[in-house]
Amino acid sequence: MTAAPLVRTDPAAVAGTPPGGRRGRRFDGPARTAVGFALGAALLFAVAPLALSDFRLSLLAKYLCVAMVGVGIGIAWGRGGMLTLGQGVFFGLGGYAMAMHLKLADAGPGELPDFMQLYGQLDELPLWWRPFASPWIALPATVLLPMVVAFGLGSLVFRRRVRGAYFAILSQALAAAMVILLVGQQGTTGGTNGLTDIQGFFGYDLDDPVNQRMVYFIIAASLLALLALARQLFRSRYGELLVAVRDGEERVRFLGYDPAGVKLVGYVIAAGMAGLAGALFVPAVGIISPALIGIVPSIEFVIGVAVGGRATLLGPVLGAVAVAWARTALSERFPGTWTYLQGLLFVLVVAFLPGGLASLWVLARQRRSDPAGARWWRRSRPVEPAENRTEVSAA
Amino acid sequence: MTVLFGQLFTGISIGAVLLLIALGLALTFGQMNVINMAHGEFIMAGAYTTYVLQQTVTAAGWSLLVALPVAFAVAGTMGVLLEVLLIRRLYARPLDTLLVTWGVSLMLQQLARDVFGSPNVQTRAPALLTGNVSLPGGLTVANNRLFILALALAAVLALTLALRLTPLGRRIRAVVQNRDLAAVSGIPTARVDRTTFFIGSGLAGVAGVALTLLGPIGPTMGTNLIIDAFLVVVVGGIGQLKGSVIVAFALGVLQATGEYLTTLSVAKVIVFVAIVAFLQWRPQGLFTLRTRSLA
Repeated sequence: MTAAPLVRTDPAAVAGTPPGGRRGRRFDGPARTAVGFALGAALLFAVAPLALSDFRLSLLAKYLCVAMVGVGIGIAWGRGGMLTLGQGVFFGLGGYAMAMHLKLADAGPGELPDFMQLYGQLDELPLWWRPFASPWIALPATVLLPMVVAFGLGSLVFRRRVRGAYFAILSQALAAAMVILLVGQQGTTGGTNGLTDIQGFFGYDLDDPVNQRMVYFIIAASLLALLALARQLFRSRYGELLVAVRDGEERVRFLGYDPAGVKLVGYVIAAGMAGLAGALFVPAVGIISPALIGIVPSIEFVIGVAVGGRATLLGPVLGAVAVAWARTALSERFPGTWTYLQGLLFVLVVAFLPGGLASLWVLARQRRSDPAGARWWRRSRPVEPAENRTEVSAA
Repeated sequence: MTVLFGQLFTGISIGAVLLLIALGLALTFGQMNVINMAHGEFIMAGAYTTYVLQQTVTAAGWSLLVALPVAFAVAGTMGVLLEVLLIRRLYARPLDTLLVTWGVSLMLQQLARDVFGSPNVQTRAPALLTGNVSLPGGLTVANNRLFILALALAAVLALTLALRLTPLGRRIRAVVQNRDLAAVSGIPTARVDRTTFFIGSGLAGVAGVALTLLGPIGPTMGTNLIIDAFLVVVVGGIGQLKGSVIVAFALGVLQATGEYLTTLSVAKVIVFVAIVAFLQWRPQGLFTLRTRSLA
């Protein structure tokens, strides 16, 4: 087979210009970030709740959860080059951990959740449900459980240098296995239906619109927190190392770093973010089920990120919200057409605009600031096939 | 003993289906290093081809025989179209190919839904393939599963011979082993890629024909199988067929045994864990081409 070149140029990197590349602009750095976050906070905390109806706001809450998964995918895939097609697993682990606690709280102490009484021949709570009765275990578990699973899989896989498409397939198989497991154990997991009909959220009645608003605010605040975390990560030495591993894993190894460890950290962080998103998704929507975390939803998480711009900070968020919004808006009216559109969108964006919609912005800015430089449309072209390039390939 | 044999045969038969699907993938993944998620939809195309043919050629046996080459051609043509229109542009970006072809597979599924309707359709199996063969010792094996096993083995044999003996096969092997060297030796690699894609996708069509004997035909039938087939290729190692053959049957038997000892859902998890454990031992798969490449 063809020797792969030592350095792969990721076309998505167009939109992931390191911070140093943008120096010399008057308005940059911390001030810009602060203004950006203030604007985002104003939009999420003031404009959206005032402008949107309760129903729309709860939809937005759902989209923001998807966006939180997107921030994680942006780190793992956009920056780290690990295409993870199984984020639904981590989303689901977080979601199920939260839903199990809420179901137990709904049922009251000593009682079984409703579905167990319905299907099961169970007289008492299964052993592995018991810890989730305590919020002190369930809440940390929503984030830690996905991270532990990601750490387990990641440390096995990255250390043995399973990567690229192999890793993508494995992560997807993980999603498939998880769904089949959940569906198969109907008596204790709710099977295909999942955990439904969640009424309360730590003593607050979720049917009350005021409490739904509270959940929305929690979600919006969490998203901003994750964005702040991601931004710090991108600007840190670790962030640079992660991009370096994406673009030239072997070179990073030769420089004395351990690429497996670098990738592992990124993957685990992404898993934790997906777990948190899943946990907050449950009170916002009131249900978690295998259909929300399987192979198809896992890929759909990736779509939003790809459309928005995988290597940028805000791209995944805006892309995820836009795609989720478009799905709701179009799939109700034209269900068949939406599927075509979704497929087409994916094909066109990934094939011809790998930096996502964010790269249009970046390219336009490059053109403005550097009119004598390379033509912006040339930059948007896919990189040449590997065989035409002349990097050191093994021979 | 009977039970054991029954499980073994079920496993082998699952393996045969996996093998038929994975053969095409092993070819395209091995040669071009692209993951074609639309491969599952080529299976679906093959299955629907059988269905359509049965509307015109009513004798089930003949329609099945006719369907084999026709499905090969239909799925192969779809594969070449995909290669020419999209995949060719993305050879340097294997991960993006995966996502792009997934988008294509979404559209193809919806197309099938619009043309044939969402509910599954069924074909009639020829009378010859509906019964059982009784073996000495009170063992029985289903005819249709035997047929699929034979089909899978025939496909492996034909492919192996084609790769070993024909000029085209020699060119394909050359490109798989060292694309650059093949290109400077005057092999038109782009054309070889297209041919490989035709054969690989065509094999998916044949797999689709075989699957009509086992169950209903539906728009999403491909997606359920494609991941298992990819796992076969990943574990088998790319660039050679023998890895895929061994792993397909091994996974089939493991799946069937696991299912027998526990449940279907637990068996899937066992298979997954076994694969991750196996990749600890051989991260590049069972058989690898020895290269000096780093990646």
